[in-house]
Amino acid sequence: MTAQVTTASAEAIAPKRKLGRAMTKFLKNRSAVFGGALVLLFVLLAIFAPLIATHDPFQTSFTTIRKPPSAAFWLGTDELGRDIFTRMLYGSRASLMAGVISVTIAVIVGVPLGLIAGYYGGWTDAVISRITEALLAIPFLILAIALAAFLGPSLTNAMIAIGLSAVPIFIRLTRGQALAVKTEDYVEGARAIGLPNPLIMARYIFPNVLPPIMVQATITVATAIIAEASLSFLGLGQQPPNPSWGSMLNTAKNFMTQAPWMSIFPGGAIFLVVLGFNLLGDGLRDALDPRDN
Amino acid sequence: MAIPTLFLVSLIVFGLQKLLPGDPLLTMAGEERDPAVIEFLREKYRLNDPFYMQYLYWVRDVLTGDFGNSLRTGVPVSTLIAQKLPVTIQLAVMAMIFALLIGIPTGIMSAVKKGKAPDYAANAIALSGVSIPNFWLGIILIMVVSVQWRLLPASGYVPLTEDPIQSLRTMLMPSFVLATALGAYLMRHTRSAMLGVLSSDYIRTAKAKGLMPRVVVLKHALRNALMPIVTLTTLLFGELLAGAVLTEQVFTIPGFGKLIVDAVFTRDYAVVQGVVLCTAVGFIFMNLLADILYILINPRLRHPQ
Repeated sequence: MTAQVTTASAEAIAPKRKLGRAMTKFLKNRSAVFGGALVLLFVLLAIFAPLIATHDPFQTSFTTIRKPPSAAFWLGTDELGRDIFTRMLYGSRASLMAGVISVTIAVIVGVPLGLIAGYYGGWTDAVISRITEALLAIPFLILAIALAAFLGPSLTNAMIAIGLSAVPIFIRLTRGQALAVKTEDYVEGARAIGLPNPLIMARYIFPNVLPPIMVQATITVATAIIAEASLSFLGLGQQPPNPSWGSMLNTAKNFMTQAPWMSIFPGGAIFLVVLGFNLLGDGLRDALDPRDN
Repeated sequence: MAIPTLFLVSLIVFGLQKLLPGDPLLTMAGEERDPAVIEFLREKYRLNDPFYMQYLYWVRDVLTGDFGNSLRTGVPVSTLIAQKLPVTIQLAVMAMIFALLIGIPTGIMSAVKKGKAPDYAANAIALSGVSIPNFWLGIILIMVVSVQWRLLPASGYVPLTEDPIQSLRTMLMPSFVLATALGAYLMRHTRSAMLGVLSSDYIRTAKAKGLMPRVVVLKHALRNALMPIVTLTTLLFGELLAGAVLTEQVFTIPGFGKLIVDAVFTRDYAVVQGVVLCTAVGFIFMNLLADILYILINPRLRHPQ
């Protein structure tokens, strides 16, 4: 009992100090802060879309078809006369939601499976690892396309498909980390005093595998946003008339010569938000890297 | 190693069709939905058998090269794949060459000039390469290079055997677009591999001997840094095939990717299954090749002690 109390209190102090140090390191990293700011900007735009929007995202108009950017339509209008700026604001919701929700699915499914595989080892590990390898053998986007095809095209199904395709990444990562952590003295100690396995996994292993999972999750959000845009671009994600950056590009590619602004802005937005998440992920990796602490 | 993976992949691909909502036979049977017709189709597609028997029949067919027929056109799926595969392979190989030509030299330069302006520039370009959606880059390139400057064709495909020059010209932009993300990966990996090797003792010895920096970098360091890069290159072929789906869509190239996307929209599930299975098998084969190459390149693995 005493052993448990001392480890618990020692652990309670250490992470706080570690977190503070990581925070300082992160804030000193200019590109990471820039990435974080980009992400924050897009999150705010998505949340306050109805307040910022200058038009109705669904309002079509025959008099304003494919108008170039102007004071009335900041980023121009599309093939049905709808305001592109407004549609992009609402489209940011689809992109960010797809990014975050599909990664949440991948983490919720992948991390426990990885913990179990790494902690128990033996045939449990063998079965989980073989399934992971099989899923990894089918490229991310191909699997997502196939799932979207069989589940039917919609934003929800695209998110499920992207989430499921990202599961093996998290199984593999968590398993490797759990393997490394389970031989540590404090885990041996917890086992020696007879704590149940699920509790050891949740209380002692999980907190120690969390930092690399956070880094991977941030970078996977970037990949997932591109994947959602790709599926919507192919017509397998967000369905019209609901806006998403990918589906806006899908129609825009038919008007490349007549209305280049239709392609330039939504694609630029995808690029910026993905860049933001990648910079943020790289910054988190540097800040949380135990080798430098 | 490869066998259980293959088995599970086949199970996943076969299981996909069970995700279909509703009964596909009702659609096939037409308007009247004659019970006799439905029963005939049920027998024909062996849907009255238990799941594992259906799977075994399917595996037997696949192993003999029979992926079923396209539900839309009736053409065997294997024929369709054989038609489209060369197109995508040409695209993938050209993209890989681009990626290697961009990624390895910039990676070496970045490692040698670590912390200096060229390193920062190369890193910034690599980060953009990873972040840019390649279908958007394709659209922008078409607008500038094909529409504005009229330099290269915007779309289409010419077989290499028919008109080699025109074939390379049409594939130039698509393969460059496909290469951006891969080039960025390769650059990052080359950089870190070179950094690892450059700080090792034998490089210090080589420098101390007074060898020219160029010789040290290209002969002593690169040769050792190349090992992880070779395996990475084979593994990235899977990514290439996936990226090709979008690139082919943007540039209207009649390849593998266009095949699966068109099949999705015409609800031609047999074709979707065939393409997914082929991609996965190709990927597993590449994995195997990576292992073999690794042993061939690394003399220490060739003669285990």
